[in-house]
Amino acid sequence: MATKASRSAARLMMAPAVILLLGWMLVPLIMTLWFSFRTYLPLRGGDKGWTGFDNYVRFVTSSSFWPAVQTTLIIVVGVLIITVVLGILLAMLLDQPMWGQGIVRILVIAPFFVMPTVSALVWKNMFMDPVNGLFAHLWRLFGAEPVSWLSDAAMPSLIMIVSWQWLPFATLILLTAFQSLDSEQLEAAEMDGAPFAKRFFYIVLPHLSRAITIVILIQTIFLLAIFAEIFVTTGGAFGTRTLSYLIFQRVLESQNIGLGSAGGVYAIILANIVAIFLMRIVGKNLDH
Amino acid sequence: MARSVSPRRKLINTTAAWAIGLLIFFPILWTILTSFKTEGQAIASPPIFLGFDWTLENYRTVMERSNYGRFLWNSIIIAGGSTILGLIIAIPAAWSMAFVPSKRTKDVLLWMLSTKMLPAVGVLYPIYLLCIQLGILDNRVALVVILMLINLPIIVWMLYTYFREIPVEILEAARMDGATLKEELLYILTPMAIPGIASTLLLNFILAWNEAFWTLNLTAVNAAPLTAFIASYSSPEGLFFAKLSAASTMAIAPILILGWFSQKQLVRGLTFGAVK
Amino acid sequence: MGQIELKQVTKSFGDVQVIPPLDLTIHDGEFTVFVGPSGCGKSTLLRLIAGLEDITSGHIEIDGIDATDLVPAKRGLAMVFQSYALYPHMSVRNNIAFPLKMAKMDNAEIDKRVNAAADVLNLADYIDRRPGQLSGGQRQRVAIGRAIVREPSAFLFDEPLSNLDAALRVGMRMEISELHAKLGTTMVYVTHDQVEAMTMADKIVVLQAGVIEQVGSPLELYRAPRNTFVAGFIGSPKMNLLTGDEAAKHDAHTIGFRPEHIDVVESGGQWQGTVGVAEHLGSDTFFHIHNTGVAKILTVRAIGDVSLKHGDTIHLTPRASEMHRFDAEGLRIV
Repeated sequence: MATKASRSAARLMMAPAVILLLGWMLVPLIMTLWFSFRTYLPLRGGDKGWTGFDNYVRFVTSSSFWPAVQTTLIIVVGVLIITVVLGILLAMLLDQPMWGQGIVRILVIAPFFVMPTVSALVWKNMFMDPVNGLFAHLWRLFGAEPVSWLSDAAMPSLIMIVSWQWLPFATLILLTAFQSLDSEQLEAAEMDGAPFAKRFFYIVLPHLSRAITIVILIQTIFLLAIFAEIFVTTGGAFGTRTLSYLIFQRVLESQNIGLGSAGGVYAIILANIVAIFLMRIVGKNLDH
Repeated sequence: MARSVSPRRKLINTTAAWAIGLLIFFPILWTILTSFKTEGQAIASPPIFLGFDWTLENYRTVMERSNYGRFLWNSIIIAGGSTILGLIIAIPAAWSMAFVPSKRTKDVLLWMLSTKMLPAVGVLYPIYLLCIQLGILDNRVALVVILMLINLPIIVWMLYTYFREIPVEILEAARMDGATLKEELLYILTPMAIPGIASTLLLNFILAWNEAFWTLNLTAVNAAPLTAFIASYSSPEGLFFAKLSAASTMAIAPILILGWFSQKQLVRGLTFGAVK
Repeated sequence: MGQIELKQVTKSFGDVQVIPPLDLTIHDGEFTVFVGPSGCGKSTLLRLIAGLEDITSGHIEIDGIDATDLVPAKRGLAMVFQSYALYPHMSVRNNIAFPLKMAKMDNAEIDKRVNAAADVLNLADYIDRRPGQLSGGQRQRVAIGRAIVREPSAFLFDEPLSNLDAALRVGMRMEISELHAKLGTTMVYVTHDQVEAMTMADKIVVLQAGVIEQVGSPLELYRAPRNTFVAGFIGSPKMNLLTGDEAAKHDAHTIGFRPEHIDVVESGGQWQGTVGVAEHLGSDTFFHIHNTGVAKILTVRAIGDVSLKHGDTIHLTPRASEMHRFDAEGLRIV
């Protein structure tokens, strides 16, 4: 519904955003591809020339590759499950009438404002420190032996920290969805004699599906890229090395650009698999 | 409408919600409290909740140790600059998608979003190299541009969803009334979309403020924002809990205060414009 | 001036042609109404004239100048939208002043014109309010005010009254008619309501599926509908259309009688039937009659309150002089 003039104006006005993003995507991507086929060690002789697929083979056959992929997926899926399930429960609670709803809401959203470096530092030192952390005090209070969270239970701890950061987001989106639920529909179901569990699974949950899709989409985008939390807490040790972090180590710590770039290409492929998968769900769910 | 709820039920709801709310907020509260303790009290066993000697000593030490003002200023410039630049580029793009949709609009939108899924680490070195070549490593402008590019898809997407709520007829009326495209965007669309734009601005400001990959890897001294300021406490020195807490509080306080004052827009923004 | 001419205008959305080649002249000062069922292309036609949509082929001339490729702003037309399309963030005054500001008019002149428009439309009392604080009728007036300050060569109305309640609609209908009488400017008005068309128009354009079925004054359409579609669409209640033996008696495929042209008689009569629903309006009574043998249902108007009830037998005599005859293609037989 528009004229030629407005269509050409539209193309013109989309151009800056599209061109910038295309450049932002393609230029580094092509450079990464280029480096991935070369032996490139900036501190040990620089660019030593073409190596074909050596970097790719080395990266994928290294003992850290598959564990890293696995770690990445565990963190993403783990955090998604925790935040969506707790988010639904919390949103249901916050949707009930109560005193001071506004203040509770602020309390619940607050973790989202905390920068990842701060949250990682605070959790690592003030809560999970095996000597002086608050958890250690709590364990001692009950006569238990304090746990070295970030070495003995590194993955659950990391998932917990990240979930704490993202629970507010999930809760808020789901709460908004709850509030838009047509109460007449629920009342009709109640009149029809549907018990609570049936009402929840047949009416509430389908209504939430769009909101859940959004939560999954946005969180996955950010979770695939988590960095600071690992950087600050474990530095990738104790089984918390994600694919991103592994590449980061190859590039910055061992200064092997070729190998790191090959890893980067794998990460891009993984991200694309996840993206295609997600976009299909989202594309379907975003049609009103 | 909703049935009335018995006071008892409401009391139970209130208690449960407050308990959970406080539990979620507790790490932040604890950090703020600890920042006012002496180092000794900060690690006292059993922990002291409120009955300690309140002191500003930690803040003084942190200020002496590093130039907080410069980090703060860098954060404001980088987060603010990237968000505003992003809005300037995204508003026309979102207008196009919302009001002159074509068959490809949705694909373009999803493609834009998918660029956000490209692992930053995969392209870290090329960007790093480009920055060195262009002499813009540790440069605020470079970070403004990079963070703008990172958040651009989200900004476009959010604005798109907000713009779609605006009836096309109003824009057509402006066209009939003789408004040029520029005037239509400036005098009609933007003022009408102010709540949505404000939410977008706030959320992306926060995302940029908290961004910790590029800011940590591409800055050293001059352009380092608060994420770098706080990361310097991850060294063993960080084990001084009270000082760490003071520094943490100083890093998150601006955003917490901003969030407190603009709660309504933020809550709207936090849903990414996607859920009503 | 405000003469609008459409020459061989077509419009397609993708592969679907919604307006086949169409010619139409709207004379200066004329109140022209486009009427037709929903989806007939009347709004599209208006938007083509406004320039909000491109025509696929053909030409549009406004006052003799080819306006086919002009942007809406340059056509000198003003439009009132169905949803009023007021700028919600501006006061009534600024809404009305907006087109003048866009034309870079100086402030004194803007004030003068806005105040004049406010007087004409009785907007003075709420000139500083926002559209959100106004009732539907008031919003409608503001939208009209915004259109008249520009002193356009023609006004375009896109179903402007359809969001108002019935009582207001009648009032606004008269206000728009009076405005037309006062300004004498060309008006093109789109509606699906044939009552609006009949009461307001100088010229009615009846559209179906993008095709003009008939153009004429309200009474021309009432007296001599060109085909069965126009016959059924214009007039309320609808004309009774009869086919079969009854029509064959008059050498026609279809014959039509308007409800007001069938008389209710005490006894005898040409047709008999059973009263179904009877609508007693006081001034008139409308009967829906079954079992007449000539049509499934006949609608008949009787003047005054006639006390026949559901199930009663009714005797009818159609006025032969008011009969409309149509051939097998549905076209009027002269």
